[in-house]
Amino acid sequence: MNASFTITIDNQSVEATPGESLLEVCRKANIPLPVMCDFKGLSPVGACRLCLVEIEGVPKLLPACTTLVAPNQAVHTQSDKLRKYRRMIIELIFSERNHICAICVANNNCELQKMAYELGMDHVRFPYLTPVCEVDASHEKYVMDHNRCILCTRCVRVCSEIEGAMTRDVMGRGFDARIITEFKQPWGDSTGCTSCGKCVQVCPTGALTPNDAAQGRLKKNPELVALLIEKREAKP
Amino acid sequence: MAEPSSYSKKIIINPVTRIEGHASITIDLGRDGKVADAHFHVNEFRGFEKFCEGRPFTEMPSIAPRICGICPVSHAVASVKACEDIMRLIPPPAATLLRRVMHLGQMVSSHALSFFHLSSPDFLLGFDSDPAKRNIIGLAEKFPDLAKRGIRLRKFGRECSERIAGKNIHSVGITPGGMNLGLSEENRKALLAWIPESIETVRIGLDIFKRYRQKHMVEVDSFANFETLYLGTVGPQGELELYDGKLRFINEKGEILNDQIDPRQYLEFIAERSLAFSYLKSPYYKPLGFPKGMYRVGPLARLNVASSISTPLAQKEFTEYRQIGGKKPLHGTFYYHYARLIEALYAVEEMKNTLENPRVTSSEILACAKRNQAEGIGCSEAPRGTLFHHYVTDENGILTKVNLLIATGQNNAGMNRSILEVAKKQVDGPNVKEGALNRVEAAIRCYDPCLSCSTHAIGAMPLVIEIRDADQRTVRVIQRAK
Repeated sequence: MNASFTITIDNQSVEATPGESLLEVCRKANIPLPVMCDFKGLSPVGACRLCLVEIEGVPKLLPACTTLVAPNQAVHTQSDKLRKYRRMIIELIFSERNHICAICVANNNCELQKMAYELGMDHVRFPYLTPVCEVDASHEKYVMDHNRCILCTRCVRVCSEIEGAMTRDVMGRGFDARIITEFKQPWGDSTGCTSCGKCVQVCPTGALTPNDAAQGRLKKNPELVALLIEKREAKP
Repeated sequence: MAEPSSYSKKIIINPVTRIEGHASITIDLGRDGKVADAHFHVNEFRGFEKFCEGRPFTEMPSIAPRICGICPVSHAVASVKACEDIMRLIPPPAATLLRRVMHLGQMVSSHALSFFHLSSPDFLLGFDSDPAKRNIIGLAEKFPDLAKRGIRLRKFGRECSERIAGKNIHSVGITPGGMNLGLSEENRKALLAWIPESIETVRIGLDIFKRYRQKHMVEVDSFANFETLYLGTVGPQGELELYDGKLRFINEKGEILNDQIDPRQYLEFIAERSLAFSYLKSPYYKPLGFPKGMYRVGPLARLNVASSISTPLAQKEFTEYRQIGGKKPLHGTFYYHYARLIEALYAVEEMKNTLENPRVTSSEILACAKRNQAEGIGCSEAPRGTLFHHYVTDENGILTKVNLLIATGQNNAGMNRSILEVAKKQVDGPNVKEGALNRVEAAIRCYDPCLSCSTHAIGAMPLVIEIRDADQRTVRVIQRAK
């Protein structure tokens, strides 16, 4: 049995158990942290970097989702430096692809948009890269619009860890990285996809949507997937 | 030997003021110093038709209204109709009623903007009055009650969208298959409460126009008066119909060339040609070719093609309007203003009828379907004329071709001709008075052109009149202080 210990987060003493991530401890203690790639019940990847925290004695900022707790840690979740970096990160996410909220099917129903508001993003200081990205509408029920993908990989993880179909992966690096279906084939040609739609439900943006969703009509229910995960893990 | 070019001048008006969007006018003088030709240049380019390629067709009703902040509802309506054509779907009746109200509301607000904000300063303050005051602010100083009424009329039109779709511009209410949001009883009553005041305001506008016409009969009748064909949509009995009509073409004598044409067949009747001096394309009536097939759209055209108007007050005005031309269409460009006001009156009356329909508050407002054919065409009358959206999709519903045929584009040839006619009367050599230039601009303003739409245009460019000599050298540029 691992003995719990105490760490301080924002000068507040919080109980932690070895093996837990800082994000998990923050959640238990109701300390808010911005997250985009994290989804409760899926393995953490540290892709979005929004949950960066400062740890005393550590020279660099670390993502709370992939940093494990350690005894006597003194963590800070709010500071001018963190706010500056989070704001920069959200702007970089927006500048990387084509996130035009006004005409997006996920407008007013988008975690990325909500996060930008929360972090006070009123404009983007970096030049938009405006890459030419494909829209894969080959699936019978769903559409994947790479223009709106932020590479959080929630879809990759939910497909592999919860549905067990392992249909999705990431191909390429950096600017060229893309979510792919199986061996980079059209989604509609996939033999492994069960069309369960969990990837669509957990996608935080308009990248994965039902193909009949026009603006104002998109309904995503990520809570349903979270509940499913929770029920699977529940012991009788 | 005398200097031939000293008399061969070109006048450019840039920017043309009090229109939506940006453009310039070039007046070419011949070697005799008289106006030889005039061109209306649209300097903007936006490329909507191109960048929409590759998007799912269901996104078009959100993207297309962004073309214009004045007539987003017309774009949304034409766009959803094209989508519903692809889906082979008929929206529920209540959804059609709600769209109609929004569409009529937009017509009222746009016409109010055109007449009270942009054009009435010419009527009430005079074409030759101080240009610094010849605008809505100058109007508000001299006629505060009228300016307020004009602003309120526009507000009413905008409020239709707000009360139905939650936002007065670029709402997400209109969607392929119907409407996302319905109309509450409270909002229905609130909209109906606006009707009496709005009718009164439009009638005041009509009085202003009629009084001006009586005083300046010769100028009004002869102002850019030239014969063209006309296109507009009409109902089954030939009555004025703005939302869901069929196409009717008439010739310059008022004879019907084609009637009850399904807008889906538009390509059989309309062809487009590009012009070297403008980003605005110039469509024409295909069976007659160019330039014989030059036609005009918009309020003047609609009232020229319509046989009647279904609402009583507007029908009374329509009868009076028709008496001016006898059995012939009215060709005078100045009559666009008159037609616009009669249409606004019809729109308010028709809105009342639609809002009084008990089905308007029904909650059955959305039908669903998927892509059932590759191609779809949607049409509605925008405030400035007949609007077409034409989409072609691949087997996954991704757009491979988008054609947007916009009202102002269809009036392009007419606008060029109008400024030539006016310039010939008002401009004599390079020494031009400011009031004369305003009349040239006013010819454009009659069409209430929305250039950002019609060119799918970007950027902000001020307007200039440039005078060029016969050797194409600019000899004078007139640019107003901002």
